[in-house]
Amino acid sequence: EADKLGRDQQGITLRGSAEIVAEFFFYGINSILYQRGIYPPETFTRVQKYGLTLLINTDPQLKNYLNNVVEQMKEWLYKCSVQRLVVAISSIENNEVLERWQFDIECDRTAKDESAPREKTQKAIQDEIRSVIRQITATVTFLPLLEAACAFDLLIYTDKDLAVPEKWEESGPQFIANSEEVCLRSFTTTIHKVNSKVAYKKDSFP
Amino acid sequence: MAQFVFEADLHGLLKLDTPIPNAPPARWQRKAKESGGPGPSPAAGVSPMRPANRSHSSSKTPSRTPGKSGSKIQSTPTKVGGDRYIPNRSTMQMEMANFLLTKENDPAEESPTKKEQQKAWAVNLNGFDIEEAKILRLSGKPQNAPEGYQNNLKVLYSQKTTPGSSRKNSRYIPSIPDRILDAPEIRNDYYLNLIDWSSQNFLAVALDSSVYLWNHSTGEIIQLLQMEHPDDYVSSVSWIKEGNYLAVGTSNAEVQLWDIQQQKRLRNMTSHSSRVGSLSWNSYILSSGARTGHIHHHDVRVAEHHVATLAGHTQEVCGLKWSLDGRYLASGGNDNLVNIWPCTQGDSGDFAPIQTFTQHQGAVKAVAWCPWQSNVLATGGGTSDRHIRIWNVCSGTCLSAVDARSQVCSILWSSNYREFISGHGFAQNQLVIWKYPTMAKVTELRGHTARVLNLTMSPDGATVASAAADETLRLWRCFEMDPIKKKEKEKANSAKSSIIHQGIR
Repeated sequence: EADKLGRDQQGITLRGSAEIVAEFFFYGINSILYQRGIYPPETFTRVQKYGLTLLINTDPQLKNYLNNVVEQMKEWLYKCSVQRLVVAISSIENNEVLERWQFDIECDRTAKDESAPREKTQKAIQDEIRSVIRQITATVTFLPLLEAACAFDLLIYTDKDLAVPEKWEESGPQFIANSEEVCLRSFTTTIHKVNSKVAYKKDSFP
Repeated sequence: MAQFVFEADLHGLLKLDTPIPNAPPARWQRKAKESGGPGPSPAAGVSPMRPANRSHSSSKTPSRTPGKSGSKIQSTPTKVGGDRYIPNRSTMQMEMANFLLTKENDPAEESPTKKEQQKAWAVNLNGFDIEEAKILRLSGKPQNAPEGYQNNLKVLYSQKTTPGSSRKNSRYIPSIPDRILDAPEIRNDYYLNLIDWSSQNFLAVALDSSVYLWNHSTGEIIQLLQMEHPDDYVSSVSWIKEGNYLAVGTSNAEVQLWDIQQQKRLRNMTSHSSRVGSLSWNSYILSSGARTGHIHHHDVRVAEHHVATLAGHTQEVCGLKWSLDGRYLASGGNDNLVNIWPCTQGDSGDFAPIQTFTQHQGAVKAVAWCPWQSNVLATGGGTSDRHIRIWNVCSGTCLSAVDARSQVCSILWSSNYREFISGHGFAQNQLVIWKYPTMAKVTELRGHTARVLNLTMSPDGATVASAAADETLRLWRCFEMDPIKKKEKEKANSAKSSIIHQGIR
C-alpha cells in the first residue's frame, strides 16, 4: 500500500504506466467477456476498481490464461515493443469472426531514457479509464446480438524483431470481412496512449 | 420457411436505418388518412388525453424500432469519439486498396525506392509500419463456455411471454388497463420524467413543449402551459406535496413553479446550464437534476432560491427522489452511479454523498424509497444492466438484486400489499409487480406497444399510470384495496383521531 501511495505522489514512471495499461486490459477483457455473453454470467464475480463495480471471471483456467497474457503485456509495454491488442470474437461453429475489439497503443519511447517521472495524477488516469470501461459496457445497446456460441482470441501486435517467448505463437490478424466500426474514447498516462474501437460484422442474412 | 421470416424480422428490428415493414402507421399518417387531405385540420385532430379508440386485441404487431437503440443516439450528449463511425467514401483509400489487391500480379523484384514507397504507404494505412509488426497469441487457449450454454443476451432478446405461474394469485389484478389516454407528441427520451400525479388527484403530463393536467375525478383536461420557443421542451414535472404547485423543468435549463388554481407561473428559477431532467420536493426545498450531472437545491420561499449544489455525477441526473422522512436524497445518473445525500451539509460546508453505489452497469433512472421500511431504497438499471436492486442506505449493503431482463425505467412501492411495480422497455414493454422481500413476480401487465418511459401512482395508491413511447398513458388498477381490508384501515385511522380528540378535552 505504501508503495502505491508513493507512486501516487511521485507521478508516472515507465514501469508504473506499463502496470496501469496492463491492468486496464485485464479488466477491459473481462468486461467484454461478460457484456457480450461469451461466458455464463454466473461465472463472474464483482470487484471494485476505478470507482466502478466490474465483473471478472472466476474460472481458474481462464483466469490463469488472462494473467499470463497480462503479465507478458506488462513487460512488453515497459519495453515499448507492443503496438496493439485485439480481442477477436468468433463463432465456434464456423470460426467466422463476428466482433473485433482493437486497442492501439502509442508508446512514447523517450520515456525510456528519462529518469524523472511524468506529471499526471492517478486519479486523472483512473477517470479516463473509467469512461472507456463504461463505454464498453454501454456498447451492448447497439452491438448486434451474438446468436451463436462464441469463443474469444487475444492477439498482440509486437515489434517484428521481438523474441517470441515460449508458449506464444504467430497468428493472422483475424479481420472481419464486411464490418462496421465504432471508435470509443481513449486514455493516456502521458507515456502510453490507448485508443479503443470495436468492429462488428455488418448485418447480412439470406 | 417461417424461421427465416422470424430471423429476418429480428434482424430488421435490430437494424436502425431501414424503414420498419409492419409498423403501425405513424400518428401523422393516421391523421392524414382521417382528414383525407394534406395536413389535419385543427378541429379533426386528436386532442391529448382523450380516451383513445383502441381495441385491446390489436397488440400483436411488432413494435417500433427498439427504444434502446433510438434514445441513446438521439438524446445523450455527443461524447467525443463516442458516436457511431459512419465511413465516408471520399476518405477511403481506394487506390491504396486496389494496389494491395493487385500487387501479387506485379513482378517480384522491387527497386529500393519502390520499397520505401510501399513502406510509407503501409504506415499510412495501418497507423504504424505493419512490416515491422508481428501478431502473437498465447497458445493453450482456455476452455470455451460449457455445452448447452446459451448466450444470456439471446434469452433477453427472444423472450416470449412467460407461461402463467402455477401458483394462484392471492388477489385478482385486472390484466387490461382501466383507461387508455392519448399522449400525442410525448418525447421518447429515456432520461426525462414526464408524468406526476398530485395529492389532489391531478395527473400532470408533459407532451413535448406543453404540460396538460388531467383531473382524474372529473375527467377534465387543462392545458397548463406551453413553452414560448418551439424548439424548447419540458423535461420534467413534479407536484409539491400539497398539490397546489407544480414544478416544471425545461430543456433550456429553467425550473419553473406554477400555481394550479390561478394557472399562473409564480417563479422562473434559472441556475442550471443544461436541461433539467429530474425534480424532487422536500417540503419547501425543490431539488433539480441536470444534464451536467449537478443537483441544485432551491428554497422556493426566498428570492435567492439556489441554496446548494451537489456535484456527484459526471453525466445526466435522471433519477432523483427525497426519502419520505426528508432525511436523504437519492440520485441516479447516466454515469451508472447512485448517490445518497444527507439533508444537511457536512462540516466543510459542502454536501457529500454518504453512499455511492456503483453496481449498476447501466443508467439509473428508477429510484424509489420503501414507504414501510425506513432507509430501504429500490433502484433499477438501463439497457446494459437490467437489474433491480434493493439497498439499505445506512449500512450501504445491497439487500437483494434481481435480473429483470429488460431496461428498467421506473419503480413504485405499494404499501397496500407490500409489493413494488417496475416499468420496462424492449422487448415486452411491460409492467412487472414484485412481492417484497421475496422478490417473487406477482404478475406482468402488458399492453404498451413501445417502451414504458415513466410510472406514477394515484393519491389513493390503487392505480398506477404508465406513459410509454407508443404515445399512450395507461391506467392500471393493480393495487386496489380489498373493500373489507379498506374498511378496517379506515376504522383504525378514525380510532386514532378520536383518541386525539379525547386527549384535547
